[in-house]
Amino acid sequence: MLVDLQGSWSPLWGRLSLSEVPYHNIIVVGAFLFAAVLGAAILGGITYAGKWGYLWREWLTTVDHKKIGVMYILFGLVMLFRGFVDALMMRTQQMMAAGPHAAGFLGALHGYLPPSHFDQIYSAHGTIMIILAVTPILVGLMNIVVPLQVGARDMAYPYLNAVGLWLTVVAGALVMLSLFLGDFSHAGWVGLAPLTELPYSPNVGVDYWMWAIQISSVGTTLGAINLIATIVKMRAPGMSWGRLPIFTWTSLSTNIIALSSFPVLAVALFLLSFDRYLGTHFFTPGLGGDLMLYTNLFWIWGHPEVYFVVLPAFGIISEIVPTFSEKPLFGYITMVIASMAIAGVSWSVWLHHFFTMGEGPAVSLYFSVATMLVGIPTGVKVFNWAFTMYRARIRYDVPMLWAIGALILLLTGGLTGMMLAIPAINYTVHNSVFVVAHFHNMFLLIAFAAMGGVNYWWPKVFGYKLDEKTGRLVFWYWVAGTVAVFVPMYTLGFMGMTRRLDYVAHASWLPLLQLEEGGIALYCLALYYQLKQIYVSIRDRAVNRVGADAWGTSRSLEWMTPSPVPFYNFAVAPLVHARDEWAWRREHGYTNLRPPRYVDIHMPRNTAVPLVIGAFAFALGFGLIWRIWWLGALALIGIVATMIIRAADTDTGYVIPAADVARMEEQAGGQAPSGARKVLS
Amino acid sequence: MAMKNSGAGSPGSVVLWDEGYHGHDVISTRTFGFWLYMLSDAMIFATLFAAYAVLASHTAGGPTAQNIVHPWYAFGETVLVFSSVLAFGFSMTALKAASRPGVIGWMLLALVLGAGFLGLEIHEFVGLAMRGIVPARSAFLSSYWALVLTHGLHMALGLIWMLVMMYQVMRYGFSTDVVARLLSLKYFWLFQAVMWVCVFTVIYLHGAI
Ligand code: HEM
Ligand SMILES: [Cu+2]
Repeated sequence: MLVDLQGSWSPLWGRLSLSEVPYHNIIVVGAFLFAAVLGAAILGGITYAGKWGYLWREWLTTVDHKKIGVMYILFGLVMLFRGFVDALMMRTQQMMAAGPHAAGFLGALHGYLPPSHFDQIYSAHGTIMIILAVTPILVGLMNIVVPLQVGARDMAYPYLNAVGLWLTVVAGALVMLSLFLGDFSHAGWVGLAPLTELPYSPNVGVDYWMWAIQISSVGTTLGAINLIATIVKMRAPGMSWGRLPIFTWTSLSTNIIALSSFPVLAVALFLLSFDRYLGTHFFTPGLGGDLMLYTNLFWIWGHPEVYFVVLPAFGIISEIVPTFSEKPLFGYITMVIASMAIAGVSWSVWLHHFFTMGEGPAVSLYFSVATMLVGIPTGVKVFNWAFTMYRARIRYDVPMLWAIGALILLLTGGLTGMMLAIPAINYTVHNSVFVVAHFHNMFLLIAFAAMGGVNYWWPKVFGYKLDEKTGRLVFWYWVAGTVAVFVPMYTLGFMGMTRRLDYVAHASWLPLLQLEEGGIALYCLALYYQLKQIYVSIRDRAVNRVGADAWGTSRSLEWMTPSPVPFYNFAVAPLVHARDEWAWRREHGYTNLRPPRYVDIHMPRNTAVPLVIGAFAFALGFGLIWRIWWLGALALIGIVATMIIRAADTDTGYVIPAADVARMEEQAGGQAPSGARKVLS
Repeated sequence: MAMKNSGAGSPGSVVLWDEGYHGHDVISTRTFGFWLYMLSDAMIFATLFAAYAVLASHTAGGPTAQNIVHPWYAFGETVLVFSSVLAFGFSMTALKAASRPGVIGWMLLALVLGAGFLGLEIHEFVGLAMRGIVPARSAFLSSYWALVLTHGLHMALGLIWMLVMMYQVMRYGFSTDVVARLLSLKYFWLFQAVMWVCVFTVIYLHGAI
């Protein structure tokens, strides 16, 4: 039943052959050398420092939600860097290839990237940024913060949490591998059908794209189950629904979106893989296939997905703004309703991604209005943040800067979204760089919020603040870069520049493209200061140590644990009395964070099983991509067998006796809240 | 602000910590998570049904649903699925009585009946393949095979799971882990029956007319 392939195939090696290594491409060779040197330096450094045992015990086999969260974020940042390099290459190409007289290098007619390479870069850029950078960073933040905010000891299923992490990492590894072995999809991050079908994309590129997304979505779905169960089942005594912090609320609504929408993507991609492997006709142009079915399914997931990434960002802003405004959040109830409403509406707007399909005015009208409805709950949120800041004593610490920046980006991006929601406008700017500017505007809001979140919760996780001075530089260079790249891009969109061009026909657009390239240079400076900020902060950590409440005016439960948070989170479950429990305690003077008495603590044991499952998943993906059937089959059996063996393990937890807890708490210094600003609550 | 004593026992002060709180109930947390997983599984089926609805008429000159479905044959499968669920229900009643032989015996019956269902299904599809009615023939057949066999795959996984659980009950008795898994399996098996009803109605009954 398998399809006939063009090209060679052998039972042992599948489609693999040495000619699949692109050693003749100097850019790829450069990337490989960079990765090899960096990788060797890191591995060598670990060996030199003798840290392998530490790494294995404390990180690779951990089930601690905070460490898993940190690894998620670290992974997301690495992928963010990779995606940024892609962006840099695309911007440079467009600047070099404007006008018929633009010179060509390295085998390209204009610029330095031939179309086949350029197409892979934008496809990889989108896939990486959305699936492997922004999503892991946000999932990591939720992982760290949600259990603390609800006063839980860990996630509901710590072991499953680690499985989700390693599946995400495996997806990233597959995408990275595609650089050096075979190629990557050239059909865009959305996988335009029928371009993704075997006759039009005969190489392994689409398979890399497809299976990487598939594997990481399993991880995201597992994470969604875990976070929802944690919020529903693991709240500390007294933490009623009306007292749940807003970040936790948005995590709940966002994971409801994930749980319900990712399966749609999974099916869309499975059907595509049936087409590519078994010769079925779901999305083919002939024999009854329907490519609009793919487009619909993709966006039925795709639009909820954009809200899946924006809701946690809204949650982060909702935590930062009150802390630095030294006031409770304005309009808690409306904030909750708005979060849930956004999740609901996100399901009924997908068709705005292809108004130009031409389904008729009635359908377009419905989806146009539905899209604009999203403006209501979003507007509610914006006003709530604004009212929280109104007449407050605002402190412009670094997290607050990011939050305010995010707010402004939300305004501009939301308004251009509203424009796109009008079919008449959409018909003229669809598929132009105006759309690209719109959604980058929105994703940058998310990135800004995520940066704010990292700066905000960093002291909670590591026990010291990130450097303030360099942090501001990162922020301002990032703002400048954003303006310089995306304002010209909106303009070019209006001027008629379509997206995904490896060659720009109008030489007169060159100045705007050069301006965008200048913006990329500013981003590079931001990156430099970002690395410097981390370096300086680690170097000066002794000076920047903080107590439990790092910012002095925080409000929710996580700020009642010592910084860094001990692995068991709360020695004794806190009894919650109010929304913003910590603010309430501070106001009433209950700032002693030591419980009167300690009790035994049950903890889950570390396990290497998630890592093993990840390794098998990698082999499975690799076997499927290269059609090495025996490898795929073995890997699948390996996964099932590992799960069955794990199910027979009855010794998955242990107990820390109360006396030990007391000793550890003593060492943490029974931390007094730091900062102790006098605040109105 | 003076620090007040936060001691739980001291009179006149607010209780701030709950030493007696030992967290969540393990079994209900585990089954809740599984229930969430099944919601996502339901979305998988929903999407496949949607694809089937779109493609059912795209027969590309090949066989139509009317040509290939046999409602009475599928009714036989339905009877097997339902009796398997019933047997599993008795197994769960035996769980309440904490009877190992009861749980294992009834589960064995559920397993045999489920395997019978799977046998019938395999027989049907082998027959189709022999007559050249393969998924690559048309979009309709692609979605037909995909939908029915996705359900079949779930059934097969359920059977493997039953084997594992019978072993675990034998080996560990009714530990918390085992009970949580048994309850999840119960939901899973019932859910597959519900999905089969949808498949039966949409594909086999509706397809025949
Ligand atoms: C919540 C954050 C948002 C994100 C992350 C986001 C992201 C995106 C993405 C990824 C695309 C299209 C990508 C592609 O074609 O490859 C897009 C297009 C679109 N967005 Fe947004 N968006 C957001 C908010 C909004 C809002 C609030 C609206 C309107 C109220 C909106 C309206 C649209 C429309 C109409 C299009 C289709 C444009 C076209 O292709 O012609 N978006 N957005
Ligand atoms: Cu959308």
